[in-house]
Amino acid sequence: MSHDPAHLTIPWKGVCGMNPHRRHPFIFSSAMLVYVFLYAPIIVLILFSFNASRANVTFEGFVPTFSDKVVMDGSLVKASPCGPFHWFCELAKDKDVAEAAGNTLTIAIVSTLVSSVIGTMAALALQRYEFKLKPFSQLSLYIPIVIPEIVMGIGILTLFSQLFGVINGSLGLTGDSRLSMGLGTVIVSHIAFSVPFVTLVVQARLQGFDKSYEEAAMDLGANEWTTFRRVTLPMILPGVLSGALLAFTLSLDDFVITFFTNGPGSTTLPIYVYGLLRRIITPQVNALSTVWILTVFSVVLILQWLQNREAKQH
Amino acid sequence: MLKRLRENKSAQGTLLASPTMLWMIGLLIIPLLLTLVVSFGQRSPDGDVIYSFSLDNYIRLFGYSTDCDNGQASCFDPLYLQILWRSLSLAFNTTVLVILLAYPLAYFIARAHPLRRNTFLFMVLIPLWTNFVIRVYAWMMLLRTQGVINLGLGWLAGLFNIPFTPLEMLYTPGAVLVGMVYEFLPFMILPIYTSLEKIDNSLYEAAADLGANGLKTFARVTLPLSMPGVVAGTILVFIPVMGTFIVSDILGGRQVILVGNLIQRQFLDARDPTFGSAASLILMIMTLIVTYFYTRKFGFGEEIVVA
Repeated sequence: MSHDPAHLTIPWKGVCGMNPHRRHPFIFSSAMLVYVFLYAPIIVLILFSFNASRANVTFEGFVPTFSDKVVMDGSLVKASPCGPFHWFCELAKDKDVAEAAGNTLTIAIVSTLVSSVIGTMAALALQRYEFKLKPFSQLSLYIPIVIPEIVMGIGILTLFSQLFGVINGSLGLTGDSRLSMGLGTVIVSHIAFSVPFVTLVVQARLQGFDKSYEEAAMDLGANEWTTFRRVTLPMILPGVLSGALLAFTLSLDDFVITFFTNGPGSTTLPIYVYGLLRRIITPQVNALSTVWILTVFSVVLILQWLQNREAKQH
Repeated sequence: MLKRLRENKSAQGTLLASPTMLWMIGLLIIPLLLTLVVSFGQRSPDGDVIYSFSLDNYIRLFGYSTDCDNGQASCFDPLYLQILWRSLSLAFNTTVLVILLAYPLAYFIARAHPLRRNTFLFMVLIPLWTNFVIRVYAWMMLLRTQGVINLGLGWLAGLFNIPFTPLEMLYTPGAVLVGMVYEFLPFMILPIYTSLEKIDNSLYEAAADLGANGLKTFARVTLPLSMPGVVAGTILVFIPVMGTFIVSDILGGRQVILVGNLIQRQFLDARDPTFGSAASLILMIMTLIVTYFYTRKFGFGEEIVVA
């Protein structure tokens, strides 16, 4: 999210014998404490995904592999062929989880693709062209930042329910053919909150863009489309990609908008976990969280590695 | 027609921006206007909306009640005002705590060796990328009566032979505050880091040359120059805290009710969208007012986009 390359290029040096990187003990220790605060809950969460106790209130050791054992709350824990990874095996068998994971990915991929394309178009328009609605367009991009998500969520819910009510009523739709909340409404809503972020990120990238490259291409006889494809796009691509990555993570993480716009069959992982938290919590929820955290962590590491490799090549 | 479009720059711009505008108008502006219209409506017996122009929902929010104990027709019931006030003060407390925690860490990262900065920054982002709901759940595990914190405290007390009764931490306002701080901390660290990182090192040297000590340099150079980051971070923290309902739902149980919970219940349990819409408009107006005065005083940094 902060891909500012400035600090990579100019490693500043200490002057007059002053070490600029010296660690003030107060700053150092408070920074470390904040890191502990950030990580302790996650570590506990991961540890509990190996918990023998189904009630999952205290940690009762790992799930046994060979012989059953009695844990402190008096309940018997059956040995599992998966051993400590028992809850992960249970997770893999869970059809609801698989469906929720599939929905989450579908929503994230489709909304990222659409919002990256139309957001980039809007960024180009706002940065390059003069048109009547420009100030209004620019201002509207800040709406999702300054308005609480829940306000957007219930607004969209009201829109869809009223709209579908009118359409179903006037067309006389009944039963399964009725329009209702589902994957479609979730995707459309996710695009709505991702687009402004993509547009703003790409716009920031376009700001430092030298127009003379495009003018040179046009002088050499390239038409507008070729110029865009061969000159503009390659130059703004890093901005478009970081915008897309932002849109993707926003969509994966979203709870509030999805909560108000989903319907039967469009449950996402965050909604599914929320549902479990209000009912019964077994270590399976922790196993799901662990898988989620490790997946995100490895994807980000790979992206970071690719980016570093790219930076080294140039 | 295609030729005319090729020559008309204004039409090209409008065309390029139109899909995004369609989404902004259709899914942000129209829903907001619809919320406004619905908030003046009345609830039908089956939970639908009867469109009318009545201020009943707003009057009810500000304390007018027809459900009174002593047989009166109407009385003052501050329930909803209390909820609004609770949300506002929680958002304020969260923001202050988050600034206090985020600043030293952001400062530490900004002054770290350039080669290590990315790693430290990355370590702030990882918790942010674990899901919001999962992070609330993690705190639920920590704060339970038999949870990890009480276990640790009990062990410590045992070491010193002090009698220990587990603390009731979950389902208290404190639990909600901790949860909120945890959820939104990275949103403050990133913009503060961005503005600290921009400060030219020669400014520190100049301050040192002119005889300023560490504290004075911080107060007169570092802090003022990092204000855009603090402002951006405050907007990124304050606004979502005002509207979040999961943290209070999971960590506050039914004890801590915020505006977000009030709105959510009107749409799902109580089935009174008109009252929920009125509450969400009041919430929006509150955040806009706070943001307006805050940014007018301190300016509106571009850091908000960087984060």
